[in-house]
Amino acid sequence: MEISQIALKSDKRQLMLEAAMKQHQYRKDSLIEILNTAQELYGYLDKDLLLYISRSLHLPSSHVYGVASFYNLFKLRKPGVHMVNVCMGTACYVKGAEEILSAIEREFNVRRGETNVNNRLSLFVTRCIGACAMAPNVIVNGEVIGKATKEVVANSLSALLEVRIVEAR
Amino acid sequence: MKPDELKRIAEKEFELRRSYVHRINVCCSSGCVPFGALKVLKAFEDAVREFNVEGKCKVARTGCIGTCYVGPAVLVEPGDYLYQSVTPETAYEIIREHVVDEKPVKHLLYANEGFFKKQLRLVLRNAGKIDPFRVEDYIAFGGYSALLKALTSMNPLEVIENVITSGLRGRGGAGFPAGLKLSFVAKAPGPPKYIVANLDEGDPGVFANRTLAEADPHSIIEGMTIAAYAVGAEQGYIYIRGEYPLAVQTLRKAIDHVGSIGLIGRNIFETSFSFNVELRLGAGAFVAGEETAILASIEGRRAMPRPRPPYPASSGLWGKPTLINNVETLANIPLIILNGGAWFSKIGMPSCTGTKCFSLTGKIKNPGLIEVPMGITLRDVVFNIGDGVPEGRKFKTVQVGGPSGGCLPVELLDLSIDYDSLTKAGAIMGSGGIVVMDDESCMVDTAKFFTEFCVDESCGKCTPCRIGLFKMYKVLEGITCGEGTLEDLTQLEDLGNFIKEASLCGLGQTGPNPVLTTLRYFRDEYISHIVERKCPAGKCFKAQRKEEVET
Repeated sequence: MEISQIALKSDKRQLMLEAAMKQHQYRKDSLIEILNTAQELYGYLDKDLLLYISRSLHLPSSHVYGVASFYNLFKLRKPGVHMVNVCMGTACYVKGAEEILSAIEREFNVRRGETNVNNRLSLFVTRCIGACAMAPNVIVNGEVIGKATKEVVANSLSALLEVRIVEAR
Repeated sequence: MKPDELKRIAEKEFELRRSYVHRINVCCSSGCVPFGALKVLKAFEDAVREFNVEGKCKVARTGCIGTCYVGPAVLVEPGDYLYQSVTPETAYEIIREHVVDEKPVKHLLYANEGFFKKQLRLVLRNAGKIDPFRVEDYIAFGGYSALLKALTSMNPLEVIENVITSGLRGRGGAGFPAGLKLSFVAKAPGPPKYIVANLDEGDPGVFANRTLAEADPHSIIEGMTIAAYAVGAEQGYIYIRGEYPLAVQTLRKAIDHVGSIGLIGRNIFETSFSFNVELRLGAGAFVAGEETAILASIEGRRAMPRPRPPYPASSGLWGKPTLINNVETLANIPLIILNGGAWFSKIGMPSCTGTKCFSLTGKIKNPGLIEVPMGITLRDVVFNIGDGVPEGRKFKTVQVGGPSGGCLPVELLDLSIDYDSLTKAGAIMGSGGIVVMDDESCMVDTAKFFTEFCVDESCGKCTPCRIGLFKMYKVLEGITCGEGTLEDLTQLEDLGNFIKEASLCGLGQTGPNPVLTTLRYFRDEYISHIVERKCPAGKCFKAQRKEEVET
């Protein structure tokens, strides 16, 4: 705890988080806004970060954890280097998103909602990004692939994962 | 802001508009951006410079035109020439031929007139024609003049009376008379009082509210401010889904903008009325759209509904009287104030006035965003506006009202779209989603999909919803894996009706609808799954086979 406190303190992101809380006057009802900001800054909400927020806003840590775990957008674990989101809105489902989803699970050895073993790829399911006219949609690292097929998605993912391996060498 | 300043801004904007011949509106909403709309926008700007027609032609970034299936869509004024599937290359072609040579590029024009013919665009009147990032655009189209009229020539009671006369009902799904709700909050003791605009459009397959926010954010803010004046609220919150980054950005900018020119803030139009708006972001909880859950979420807590009464109108945010309205409801209010409640009451049908925005998606030729008068038939929407299902397939069902709506069969296509008819048929208006399915969709699997969604999104507070829906899901899973029995069907019906009766909030009260309606209209599909172990659409029984292979 002590160590991560220091790590938190020495971080520029922490200053930005502090500024956000100050802007909301450390109000208890700004918790969701603060969690949103924290996730934007850090990418996910780990235990230390939640404890830090709970102390700053004078809220019980159980309350902060309760809120963070209630909402789907908050990630409590570190996501992989690459992120793929499969939209499972009604339109995408009707147009075969499930098939794409299971194909990714099979080919890249990752389960929905989880990150694969070597921390390279996280697979998430989202409920409708609202681009229903071009369903099914798959979002790879923030880029929307419309009218997706499992082949296109698989190619795009393989390319991403491979490039990184080459870079690492 | 002073009252006459509004007119001045509008005139200045008109002058600007008169200075060029053509205006090129490039749709850059969430639907068109993935198709490359931003590249097209840049291509237009480059082309205008290259052909040296900067003085003659204005390129504008706008919101949704509605024809999402042929994006990026570009609307060229005057004449409202709508170009479809524009690419950076064809953008050059349009500038060269349409702007320079004054000849519309025929082969790129959108040819399907049926899509717009049966629509009536009131709430979306500005969508696709104004730049959502510029309040001046909105003002030039008559924006904020309803607010001026309300504040300077009407008292709050007159505003409420107009809304009551209009017959406007809540567009969030439940259809509660909007005028009545206003009068409840107006009568409640205060200050403080609050107003909440609900933009937590969590239903998968629905994007009508988001598109409104992206295309015309000021219509929401103006409607909200008028409603706040009517009930005596000084603080408003727009609660928006965190999954809508562009809508968040658009609204945030719009709020800052009106704040800076004094259209909201202290003493609006030099009256004693002051009003502020804040944006609150959701974080991915479908149940947060429920009116007591949204309050909990704004207060920074888990979005869990609570029993009513007390209703939010008497005890809402921080225990104070609060008006909660869907953003589409609010966007109707400026129109009612400008044209009068009596004018509005003649649109649509007598028991259900006005229009409704729908996102039309699924297995349909023309998916997109539409606005239709209340009382139009489902057939008109699916076959005239949407142009039916793609070639070679057969229409099977239309699902109305999001995940907790109902699946209606071909026999009910002549049903009119209004709150009462839809509820009677087992569906709901919901927040405006129409999903069409063809014979490739299995109704049991579809019911399972929606039930799974509701199981995921149940907040867990009350038992019927938390455990009941899960039980229903398990039974459906059994049927799709080939383990179903005929008794399962009775069990599903019993469970479904019980959950509807006993749940605390709208999620549980409507969650069983997909199962109950498919049981009502597509029972033979369930039976063939159970008796013949066959899925007519060829979707089911795969899950089990997959597991067998793995083990």
